[in-house]
Amino acid sequence: MTDTEMYQPGTAHKTREEEVLDRIDRTRRARARVKEERITLSHGAGGKATQSLIEAIFLEEFRCSELEPLEDAARFDIDGVRLAFTTDSYVVSPLFFPGGDIGDLAVNGTVNDLSVSGATPLYLSVGMILEEGFPVADLQRIAASIRRAATAAHVRIATGDTKVVQRGKADGCYINTAGVGVIRHDIVLGADRARPGDAVLVSGPIGDHGVTVMLARGELDIAADLPSDTAPLNGIVAGLLAAVPGVRAMRDATRGGVATVLNEIARASEVAVVIDEAAVPVRNEVRGACEILGIDPLYVACEGRFVAVVDGAQAELAVETLRAHPLGAGAAIIGRVVADPPTLVLLNTAFGGTRIVDLLVGDPLPRIC
Amino acid sequence: MRYVDEYRDAETARALAARIAALVDPGREYKFMEVCGGHTHTIYKHGIEDYLPENITLVHGPGCPVCVIPMGRVDDAIHIARQPNVLMTSFGDMMRVPGGDGSFFDSNAEGTNIKMVYSPLDALKIARTNPDQQVVFMAIGFETTAPSTAMTILRAAEEGLDNFSVFCNHVTIIPAIKAILDSPDLRLDGFLGPGHVSTVIGCRPYEFICSSYGKPLVVAGFEPLDILQSIYMLMLQLSEGRCEVENQYNRVVPWDGNPVALRVINQTMEPRTYFEWRGLGFINYSALKLRDAYAKYDAERLFAVPGVRVADPKACQCGEVLKGVLKPWECKVFGTACTPETPIGTCMVSPEGACAAYYNFGRFSRQRVREATQV
Repeated sequence: MTDTEMYQPGTAHKTREEEVLDRIDRTRRARARVKEERITLSHGAGGKATQSLIEAIFLEEFRCSELEPLEDAARFDIDGVRLAFTTDSYVVSPLFFPGGDIGDLAVNGTVNDLSVSGATPLYLSVGMILEEGFPVADLQRIAASIRRAATAAHVRIATGDTKVVQRGKADGCYINTAGVGVIRHDIVLGADRARPGDAVLVSGPIGDHGVTVMLARGELDIAADLPSDTAPLNGIVAGLLAAVPGVRAMRDATRGGVATVLNEIARASEVAVVIDEAAVPVRNEVRGACEILGIDPLYVACEGRFVAVVDGAQAELAVETLRAHPLGAGAAIIGRVVADPPTLVLLNTAFGGTRIVDLLVGDPLPRIC
Repeated sequence: MRYVDEYRDAETARALAARIAALVDPGREYKFMEVCGGHTHTIYKHGIEDYLPENITLVHGPGCPVCVIPMGRVDDAIHIARQPNVLMTSFGDMMRVPGGDGSFFDSNAEGTNIKMVYSPLDALKIARTNPDQQVVFMAIGFETTAPSTAMTILRAAEEGLDNFSVFCNHVTIIPAIKAILDSPDLRLDGFLGPGHVSTVIGCRPYEFICSSYGKPLVVAGFEPLDILQSIYMLMLQLSEGRCEVENQYNRVVPWDGNPVALRVINQTMEPRTYFEWRGLGFINYSALKLRDAYAKYDAERLFAVPGVRVADPKACQCGEVLKGVLKPWECKVFGTACTPETPIGTCMVSPEGACAAYYNFGRFSRQRVREATQV
């Protein structure tokens, strides 16, 4: 059977449109390339450009079995102990926002990458890049916030580094954290483990963090009483793994939001993910801001929410387990995994129609009219 | 959420869809053009086509303000941005539009300072706080956004700001619709009129479409039920043998438009003799420029703008797509050489562009998806 003859449920002949769609599908599976001559902001936005950059440059140069799956954390065994290892950099602006700051974000983000990999986070490093002239009082505040977040997440800051750059060469303060954790041997998770019949869950209302930070920048003249959702997920994840053996994959829905995570899972598992828009929990404040700005909450970053794919038969158990935890009160089953069409994320709209949910291109830009 | 959910109710949609289906003559094909890119976006975002009988086709029109900007104008803007002490501003949608030599994003990577703003008033704010820089606002859009540009120019004049100017690319909708009606290769049965433009210009300017071209037009709102209801109104006109301008969006659009908005446009701007549209070529009296009285706010007069014409890439069929002659997927490069991440044509850039909307939201076989999404 040739490539163009695949997938013909219900139709004997392909329409011309379907042939074109298949051609596009093949193009999309082709090896990633970076066509730009210089880095643009799109390369950091978490969408297709970021993915191309990682696959075409970093994966090409650094390829190894630990990196290859491009999961939230690398997993490997040392002397019979299964470890998870990850790193993340934080450049949020503004540094302080309702519900959090760059300090607790830097701890929670790395704790969460370890947690959704099935690990118990243990130790973190903190690397600080400071701009000449940055107020020491602000640094003190950030350090105190890092300490509180680490205590709350039961991790220790075991090592660190400080660099200062000239005024204008950085935006106040950037932080890099790396973290290690241990994984129980009976826990096997991966974005490539989703199977038809599985259920897709989120642990709470989505988009709070992204909208909070956008509004905190003060450029939009929109006010909403909304805090960031930044929180350590190790407690709620451990509870889920203990109660539900059929957890296949977890990802925290940070940059690129839930939509990006679902696309990664659909691609890695060669399945389709079907989401019901009406089932996706979104706070009214977030919906309202997104309506005004013309962006889709599915693409807006969270810093304390995760997506889980679980065996369909255990979906109710999973959602009840999540809801029993304070961070999971708003958990919901938002969709399911089906076989066809592979690698696509589909949305049943609340209006009663259907559409694709693709990876985001560029920054989430506001529409003008 | 109030003012949103009531226009997205699936029950009402099913009832409307049944009424539309009842009006369909099974032996006939219906082609309606939604003029406005905002409609295209709504149609795909909510999956409205799932409610329509197979013989009703929606054709996507030229009303995406980003899509109609020719490459040469992007190059001109980048040329201005490269001048010493210039801080260029524009709407976010413009940032990824390819010119002859890259987009604003690419240009920023090379060292220009082109900032995204949400309103021309934000550009004015930047001008106030950066008195040592010349702040240029690249104005784009139809009559919808022209009044806010006009108000900003008037505000700048009032405040005596002399480091603010506008690179004016405002276009007008009627000449574009006329160009489409005069295009020989297109057969349409009616129009969904652009709702936001109509809040400014009202409904009267469309009357020639009925009287001279015999096509009905319904000015439509932007929520999914607005669009379904407007399609129903067009079908009703056809089945009753009527041909009129009707206003579905009367909760926002006054029949005579917004006289204050029209006055400020007219005070600050006048028609250009001709203007190039991406894919459509030169259309007479289809765009606006600043009047002489506001010359000091006109970036085209402050800077030596090269005004080079850049021919559209050969492979690009944006023109045919903008005219509704081709469906996005019928373009030779759609989805392969031209994708949202590496667009060749403007229709692939803006979320309101027909190609981007189809690629991002509608790129699947409805047959296969019906099978996939049924529980």
